[in-house]
Amino acid sequence: MATGLNPSYFVALSAALFCIGLYGAISRKNAIAVLVSIELMLTAVNINLVAFNKFLTPEAFIGQIFAIFVITVAAAEVGLGLAIVIAIYRNRKSVDLDDFDWMKW
Amino acid sequence: MENIYSYIAFVLLSGMILGSALLVVTLKNLVHSVLWLIVAFIGVAGIFLLLNADFVAAVQVLVYAGAVCIMIVFGVMLVQRIDMANSNPVNRRFKIAAPVVGGLFIVIGLLTARAQWVAAGKEVPTQTVQNLAPILLQDFVIPFEVAAILLTVALTGALVLVKEVKSNGDRS
Repeated sequence: MATGLNPSYFVALSAALFCIGLYGAISRKNAIAVLVSIELMLTAVNINLVAFNKFLTPEAFIGQIFAIFVITVAAAEVGLGLAIVIAIYRNRKSVDLDDFDWMKW
Repeated sequence: MENIYSYIAFVLLSGMILGSALLVVTLKNLVHSVLWLIVAFIGVAGIFLLLNADFVAAVQVLVYAGAVCIMIVFGVMLVQRIDMANSNPVNRRFKIAAPVVGGLFIVIGLLTARAQWVAAGKEVPTQTVQNLAPILLQDFVIPFEVAAILLTVALTGALVLVKEVKSNGDRS
């Protein structure tokens, strides 16, 4: 191996980043903070994809292509999510996720 | 010798990423959280450089650290009230979240430690950016175009949502 690092290091790093993002997504009240935490989780997935691309198929570049598509979808997702949050805030004057319960029967 | 350098770089970048990510999810001020998010994304771009993914690192800096974070700051400024000091409170579920997240990390760690990695043993090509273009425009051309349509539809939908068209079509 050229670098002396093996995939376990990168899988452990991305697992830690994913867990931090998941903690933020569960424990925050603010809807925008939950979006930020979801971005952290998607970034952790990208680290995994690029690491597997390097260590398992270094000449195919499929993992990097997947990471680029994930970044694209994440950008679209955060734009749409912020638009939804702004539209809800305009009607409800709140971004607290515990207040968003009026679709409950 | 290169091994030592890349190992040191990995440790420093991991510390930077995990530290700033912890600050992102624990700080009380939402704007400070988003600023630390930029630091975390730049650290991830460094990890991509360490993994010989130059193009993905550049896209990470441009799209995440540039566009997405600025967009989130705009969102915060549009929806928050004047006081920012306590704009990011914790709800009651954080006591449940901590053991769930810790358990998930332990499970992934155990599976990682047990895994047998079959390394390819091949060197990464020196040109890492040029090889992406034929893959993106030949093998993956349909997902590429679908991603373009997805971005157009999502951002148009975001504009429509923010402009809030009334049910009778009145846009004023």
